[in-house]
Amino acid sequence: MDVEILARIQFAFTIAFHYIYPPLSIGLGLVMVFFEGAYLRTGNKQYEQLARFWTRIFAVTFGIGVATGIVMEFEFGTNWATYSRYVGDIFGSALAAEGIFAFALESGFLGILLFGWNRVSPRVHFIATVGVWLGSMFSAVWIVVANSWQQTPAGYHVVGEGIHARAEITDFWAMVFNPSSVDRLLHVWIGAFLAGTFLVLSVHAYYLLKNRHVELSKRAFKIALSIAMVSSLLQLFIGHRSADGVAHNQPAKLAAMEGHFDTLAPAHMYALGWVDKESQTVTGIGLPGGLSFLIHGDFKEPVKGLNAFPEDERPGAVNAIFQFYHIMIAIGMFLIALSLYAGWQWWRGKLFEKRWLMWVFVWAVILPQIANQTGWFAAEMGRQPWVVYGLLRTSDALSKAVTANQVLFSLILFSFIYSLLLALFLYMMNKKIKHGPVEGTLQEHRPKQEGMVEGMEG
Amino acid sequence: MATFLGLDYPTLWFLVVGGVFSGYAILDGFDLGAGAWHLFLKKEKSRRIALNAVGPVWDGNEVWLVIGGGALFAGFPVVYATLFSSMYIPFMLFLAFIIFRATAIEFRSKEEMAWWRKTWDITYSLSSIMLSILLGIILGNVLQGFEIGADYEFAGNWLNFFNPYAIILGVTTLSLFMMHGAIYLTMKTEGRLFTKLKLLLRRAIIFFILMFVITTAYTLIYFPHLSDRFKEVPILFIFPLLTFLTIANIPRLVNKSKYRSAFLFSALTVSFSLAIVAIELYPVLIPSTLDAANSITIYNAASSEKSLSILLTIAAIGAPLVLSYTAFVFWTFRGKVKLDETSY
Repeated sequence: MDVEILARIQFAFTIAFHYIYPPLSIGLGLVMVFFEGAYLRTGNKQYEQLARFWTRIFAVTFGIGVATGIVMEFEFGTNWATYSRYVGDIFGSALAAEGIFAFALESGFLGILLFGWNRVSPRVHFIATVGVWLGSMFSAVWIVVANSWQQTPAGYHVVGEGIHARAEITDFWAMVFNPSSVDRLLHVWIGAFLAGTFLVLSVHAYYLLKNRHVELSKRAFKIALSIAMVSSLLQLFIGHRSADGVAHNQPAKLAAMEGHFDTLAPAHMYALGWVDKESQTVTGIGLPGGLSFLIHGDFKEPVKGLNAFPEDERPGAVNAIFQFYHIMIAIGMFLIALSLYAGWQWWRGKLFEKRWLMWVFVWAVILPQIANQTGWFAAEMGRQPWVVYGLLRTSDALSKAVTANQVLFSLILFSFIYSLLLALFLYMMNKKIKHGPVEGTLQEHRPKQEGMVEGMEG
Repeated sequence: MATFLGLDYPTLWFLVVGGVFSGYAILDGFDLGAGAWHLFLKKEKSRRIALNAVGPVWDGNEVWLVIGGGALFAGFPVVYATLFSSMYIPFMLFLAFIIFRATAIEFRSKEEMAWWRKTWDITYSLSSIMLSILLGIILGNVLQGFEIGADYEFAGNWLNFFNPYAIILGVTTLSLFMMHGAIYLTMKTEGRLFTKLKLLLRRAIIFFILMFVITTAYTLIYFPHLSDRFKEVPILFIFPLLTFLTIANIPRLVNKSKYRSAFLFSALTVSFSLAIVAIELYPVLIPSTLDAANSITIYNAASSEKSLSILLTIAAIGAPLVLSYTAFVFWTFRGKVKLDETSY
C-alpha cells in the first residue's frame, strides 16, 4: 500500500479512537457540574455520592482521552509534515491556544477534582469541577476552529511557491470566526453533551432495572434526561444550520452527502438510500426536491451537483459519505423521539414503571457515539480530495521523508495499543458500574487515611 | 523586523519554546525519575505511596509537553514538521510509552491481583525509563544535527538516530531525572520508605555526576564546535559555571537533609543544562549535516511576524494562568503523601 493510504488510515483510526473519549469528558463534566451544584445548593448527600461516583468514571475516560490526544498532536508533524509547514502559521496558534488556555486548565484542576475531595472545601472542589469542564469545552473550541479553518479557510493569504508555499495569517479573528466554526462548534458541543448524558442515563437505567441505588438513580436520571431533551432538540436546529453552511461553503460535500450528481436537476433529501456512483443514481426513500428547498426555499430549483466539479476536485467515496451522514441524522432523530417520549412519561409520572423504556436507555448509550463518529467521517471524507479545502490536497500534505514501512509499523503499534486500551476501558467501566456508587462510604468527617489503606491491603 | 526589548520575534519565541520545554523537563522530569525508581521499591505500600506522590500532578505536568509541541507547531512549523517526520520511529516509540505510562498509572491499583499490579509496575517503570532515554536521544540528535536536504526533508537513515552520542545523552537524561525524582520522592515520604529513598538518592547523585562528566567530555572531544559560542562570547561561561555550582550544591544540601532546596537546585540543573544547549545552538534549531545552508534556524523556520505577535500575546496572557494553577495544585497537595480512598 502507498504512504498516502496508510497515513490516512492511521489518522482516521487514531482520531476515531481518540474521539470516543473527549465527548464523554465534556458531557460527563456537564452532568457532574449539575450534580455537584445540586449538592452545594441542597446539601443532599445523594448528590455528593453521584458526583463522586461519576468523577471516578470521568477519571477513566479523561485519562485515555489525554493519552490518545497527545498522539494526535504529534501525528501532524510525523505523518503530515508538508501540511504542518503549510498551515503551521494559522493552525499552530489555535493548537497553542488550546494547550495554554484549555488543556492546562483542565489538567491543572483535574488533580483537585480526583484527589482533592478530602483536601479542599466543597466549594473549591466545585470550582475545580467547573474548571475541568470548562477546560474540556475550550479544548473543543480550538480544535473545532482549526478543523473548520480547513473546511472554510478565512483570514489568511498564501505566500511562496511550490514546496515553500504556505498560508499565513492576516486576521486572527477572521480565522477564528471563519464561516463554519461557530455552527460546527455548537454541533460538536451538543454531540458531546448527548454522549455524556446518554452514558449517565444508561448506567442509571441499568441500576433501576436491577433495583439497585433506586432513589439515587431516579434523581440522576431526571437531571440527565432534562439535559438530553434540551440537547437533542437543540441539535436539530444546530445541525440544520451546519448543513446550511455546508451548502453555501462546500457544495461538493453537500452534493456527496445527498448523492446528488446532476447540476440541472432539483436535489432530493433522503431518509435512507444507496448511491450507485457508476449510474449516478440513488435508490432510496426521501423527500423529492428536499435539498433544493433547504438551500433555495423552492422544491424545483436545481442544486449544484457533483458533476459540476472536475473529477479530481470532488470527494470519491460518495456512498460512504451518504451513509455516514444519514446514519448520523437518523440517530439524531431517534434521540429526540426517545428523550421526548421519556419526558412525556416523566410528566405523566410513569417514567420508571416502563421497563422496556429503561432497557432502551441502557443500550442507547452507543447511539450518540455512533452519531459523533459518523458525523465526523462524513465531514472529513466530504472535504476530500482536499486537506485544506481548495488550497492543499491530501496527497500533497504527506511527510516526504516517511516511508510506507514506517507508517505501517506505527499503524500496527497503535492498533495493538488501542485494542488493549479499549479492552481495559470497557473492563474498568463495567467494573466501576457494577460496583456502583456504594452506600456507606460517605465520610461525615475526614477518613482515617493510613488505616484504610492497610485494611485494603489486608 | 519588529522587536520587543531589543529581541526580534523569532528570538522571543525561541525563548518561550525553550522556557516551556525547560518547564516540561523539570516537571515531568521528576515524574519520570520517580517512575524509573518504581521497581527498586519492593513493598506494595511503598509503591503506592511513590505512585501517589506523582498521582495528582503528573497529568498537569504532561500538559507542558502538549504546550511545547503546540508552541513549536505554531511558531516554528518547519522545525515541528522536519523534526517529527525525520525522527518518526523515535517519536512513535515515545508516544507508545507515553500511553503505556498513563495506562499503568491509571489502572495499576484498580485490581488487587498480584500479577495485575506486577505487570503494571513493570510497564510503569519501563515506560518512564524509556521516555527519559528517548528524550535524551532526541536532544542528542538535535545537537549533532542530521541529514536535512534543501527541501527541509530528512535524507538519511533513521537507524543512525541511535548513535553512541545520542544514547549517552539518553542515559544522562535518565540519570538526571532519576536524581530529580529521588529528591522529589524523599521530600514526599516519611518513615522507612524515606530512609530507603535517602539511600537510593545517594546512588542517583553518583550516577548523574558520572554521566554528566562523560557527556561533557564526549561533547568537548567529538563536537568541539558546540563550544564555539562560549569562546566567542566569554561572558556566557557563566552558564556552565552556574551549572557546575548548582550540581555541586545538591549533595551538600542532601547531606544537610534540606530536600526542598535540593529539589530546587536539581530543577535549576535541568534548566541550566537546557540553557547551555540553547546557547550552543542559537540561532540554529536543527543543524543539517549535509550542507550548513540547509540547517533549520529560528529565521527560516519561523511563522510570519503577524502570527508570532499573536502567539506572543497568547503566551503573555496564558503563562500567568498556567503558572497559577500549577502552583495552586502543588500547594493543595503539599507535604507528605497520605493515601485515601481516592488515591491510585
